[in-house]
Amino acid sequence: MNSGISAAEERYYIASQQQLIWRRFRRHRLALISVVVLVIMYFLAFTYEIWTPYRAVTQHQGFVNTPPTPIHFFDADGNFVGPFVYGLKYELNLDTFERIYTEDTETIHRINFFTRGEPYRFWGRIAMDWHFFDAGEGKVFLLGSDQLGRDVFSRIFAASRISLTIGLVGVFLSFFLGATLGGISGYYGGAVDIVIMRLTEILSAIPQIPLWIALAAIVPIDWPVTRTYFAITIILSTMTWTGLARAVRAKLLEMREHDYIMAAKIAGASDIRIIYDHLLPGYISFLIVNITIAIPGMILGETALSFLGLGIRPPAVSWGTLLEGAQNISNIALYPWLLTPALFVIATVLLFNFVGDGLRDAADPFKEL
Amino acid sequence: MSFIKYLIQRLIYAFLVLIVISFLIFMIVQLPRGDAVDRIVNARQAQGDIITEEDEAALRAQYGLDKPVFVQYFIWAAQFARGNMGQSMLGIPVSDLINERIAATMLLSIISLVATYALAVPIGIFSATRQYSLGDYFWTFVGFIGLATPNFLLALILLFLFHKFFGLSIGGLFSPGVEDQPWSLAKALDLINHLWIPIIVIVTAQTAGTIRTMRATLLDELGQQYVITARAKGVRYRRLLFKYPVRLALNPIVNSVGYILPRLISGQTIVAIVMNLPTLGPLLFSALLAEDVELATSILMIQSILAVIGVILGDIMLSVYDPRIRMEKGVT
Amino acid sequence: MTPDALLEVKDLHTYFELEEGTLKAVNGVSFTIRKNRTLGIVGESGCGKSVTAQSIMRITPKKNSSMRGQILLHHESGAVDVAQLDEDGDEMRDLRGRDIAMIFQEPMTAFSPVHTVGNQIMEALFVHGERDKRAARKRVIALLDEVGIPAPERRIDEYPFQLSGGMRQRSMIAMAIILNPRLLIADEPTTALDVTIQAQILRLMKRLQRDNGMAIMFITHDLGVIANMADDVAVMYLGKIVEYGTSRQIFNDPKHPYTKGLLRSIPKFGTTIGKHLATIKGTVPVPLDPPDACPFANRCAEFIAGACDVRMPAAVAVAPGHSVNCVLYE
Repeated sequence: MNSGISAAEERYYIASQQQLIWRRFRRHRLALISVVVLVIMYFLAFTYEIWTPYRAVTQHQGFVNTPPTPIHFFDADGNFVGPFVYGLKYELNLDTFERIYTEDTETIHRINFFTRGEPYRFWGRIAMDWHFFDAGEGKVFLLGSDQLGRDVFSRIFAASRISLTIGLVGVFLSFFLGATLGGISGYYGGAVDIVIMRLTEILSAIPQIPLWIALAAIVPIDWPVTRTYFAITIILSTMTWTGLARAVRAKLLEMREHDYIMAAKIAGASDIRIIYDHLLPGYISFLIVNITIAIPGMILGETALSFLGLGIRPPAVSWGTLLEGAQNISNIALYPWLLTPALFVIATVLLFNFVGDGLRDAADPFKEL
Repeated sequence: MSFIKYLIQRLIYAFLVLIVISFLIFMIVQLPRGDAVDRIVNARQAQGDIITEEDEAALRAQYGLDKPVFVQYFIWAAQFARGNMGQSMLGIPVSDLINERIAATMLLSIISLVATYALAVPIGIFSATRQYSLGDYFWTFVGFIGLATPNFLLALILLFLFHKFFGLSIGGLFSPGVEDQPWSLAKALDLINHLWIPIIVIVTAQTAGTIRTMRATLLDELGQQYVITARAKGVRYRRLLFKYPVRLALNPIVNSVGYILPRLISGQTIVAIVMNLPTLGPLLFSALLAEDVELATSILMIQSILAVIGVILGDIMLSVYDPRIRMEKGVT
Repeated sequence: MTPDALLEVKDLHTYFELEEGTLKAVNGVSFTIRKNRTLGIVGESGCGKSVTAQSIMRITPKKNSSMRGQILLHHESGAVDVAQLDEDGDEMRDLRGRDIAMIFQEPMTAFSPVHTVGNQIMEALFVHGERDKRAARKRVIALLDEVGIPAPERRIDEYPFQLSGGMRQRSMIAMAIILNPRLLIADEPTTALDVTIQAQILRLMKRLQRDNGMAIMFITHDLGVIANMADDVAVMYLGKIVEYGTSRQIFNDPKHPYTKGLLRSIPKFGTTIGKHLATIKGTVPVPLDPPDACPFANRCAEFIAGACDVRMPAAVAVAPGHSVNCVLYE
């Protein structure tokens, strides 16, 4: 090219598909921020023992249903102390038998950072006692405590490990099912295709939550945590794979017909090469989009089952099990902080939806000029 | 004539689907829980009856439980098809329990369905025609929140707010004591007063999804060549909008009755448990917890039948609405 | 001004704002369409010929487009500058269909699939004041007959997907001419059709032009069709007209290297046996923030460094009515 082509034009022409996708995705600032937040959340979930002041199961004697602990910086006389909490006093309201907590401004407990505190086992194995923060001799319940005196903040963090991963594991499981069966269906066609597609239609005609409840009710109560976890994952996958299978099949059929595949075949490209160079790039972006979109449904499903007492069971914690304590309206009215796990559920689902939306737009780079 | 043929085809297909579903449900609910005779024996023994081995075997033979699984299934299915759903563990025929609640279930489902469309279609049109406007962003935001909030949580939050600010208890479909009264205007008003909150809760997620579908398809249709053709004819924009792109964008919406109805029935379940509504959901839940197998199986079947009816309805409506499918199916 | 001018386009620019930059789809185009005559606009895809047509109809996607220049539509009573009208206003709407009508390339997508052909054709009558439904229907049946659709009283109630491609294009023509427009813009009307049907449609358009006395703006990339249809020809490249003249002048005495290249790339019966068909090297660039230079410079075989790439050459008259924008003739 000797002249007359601008830099802008050059950018327009030589962008690869990945570059186009990335360029479009970057434009969705919300989706980008959501990815960052989700990565942080997963990191925290994988290392929650360090970030929380207490173990999820620790019951703090005498601290039942305490409201969130206020963090102070100045003492009662207005002197700067740095972050600290006051000790708690309580009296019993003799009419309602509720505990009324008040701050004892005489006792000051500084917040310690990177400190040794309550011993725990990291991932249930490695004995450690390092905490990101705690209040030394005092108690700090950032989001209050529950009816057994357990720290809601620590429990939410602990619960995130199960709640965040069950969506991922479940999606990969249903994805494995969906991609395999959908792939077989799309690749072989004929009778196999008909049987598999009818099966997905039939399954998707059964109301999902009643079926989930029915399946979850079979899981024996005395199963260990990990086994229950996988059982729930499988139950959640039973309904989700159908949509993925149909999508995979449709995509396969569509791609098989594409002119560029035909062009590559005529040009003498081998099958492997066609798959790697032409089918796979389009396919992977499609898969990523669909995985992202399917995760929120899984998280919501787990929450619903656990909320009903049919999902993850104590002593294991998930956001759903934490909400079980909030089933009673008068409980919520008295201790509204018991609803805070709900905020985490909503936020996570929202973030995944933002990412999914951004990806969906981005994966279709030729949508508009 | 050919419409009837198409209808019959659909009905036969639906019937086959229900047979497969019924088998799945039978396997899921009945098999893992031992058989009915065990439970009857346990229950009678608890009442102090003495039951011999022979009695048990006789009962087993009477219920067909000495036969292989498939035979058991056919016995059960044949009974179910005749409307005999067996006895609940509460000692009441299952059909009575279901009859009590099926009207409320259908009422809630149908109102929710209508409300979903009544809200989602106009908002979807608004959002698509004013893409990237403040209103569009607002509804997109509301839609995202609606999709992200589990509806039982929404129910809890609304119950809590009403409790806190109005001191009202809004569970159930009637105020205490009203349910047993004969029908009157006052009773109807009481029902309406209790109905709208569960409806809001049930439709929120579905409406959010439908708004997004409507918005996306309408945006797609707005870019089609036939819109330009109509503009080139000098058709006024508003008239054009409703005659062409909106009409076409409604196609998937019309068909969506088929999957929205199952979802509404499904979504209702937990909401009804939380809000204590007299629908099938809570009955199913308690039946499963109490291992009341006959009752649970029947409820799941009834819910599936309702859902399959929805699917057929969606197909038929689309074939009436879209001439391309009408011709293809030979529906005239 | 030419005495029999119907539409004069003067220095028309239509830009689209894209993320990658400003796409100057139409970049300073001027031409005149005369009454009862056909102006052919020819060029490769992406040269801006369709956008020119859409600009005249004022139906460019409004979200990100901007437009300047004059589009004068002459009446007995004077001229209207279409470019100044409100694109959603009553005046512009009334003008569409009645004064200027348009037919499109893809007759399948240009009709709504869920409305009958008759419904969509009659609509043109209804939006322009017709009240009598029965009269409208009669008129449409007569017109369908006129454009060569057999059994029009049955076809009028059929859906577009029930018609063949040729039938659909005939219906589209019927829809465009039902109000006797003075200018018919045909945007690649035969590109999607078989060659035999193509010929039929072109004959039909010529006959309608003769009978109804309308001007046609014929847009195509097919020089053979242009030779067949057009009185005058404008050759467009990258948003600009590079050569303009009568059909005879363009085909017999092309001046611009691009026009010459285009003509060389047409296979000629008998003369090209055993030879490679001539092509123009390179592809049409995308006019994103284009430099102010000859748009063809980077593909031109006669490129002169320092002349072609520094400014846009002005239009030079090489014969009466024949002008070319090229450094070689300045």
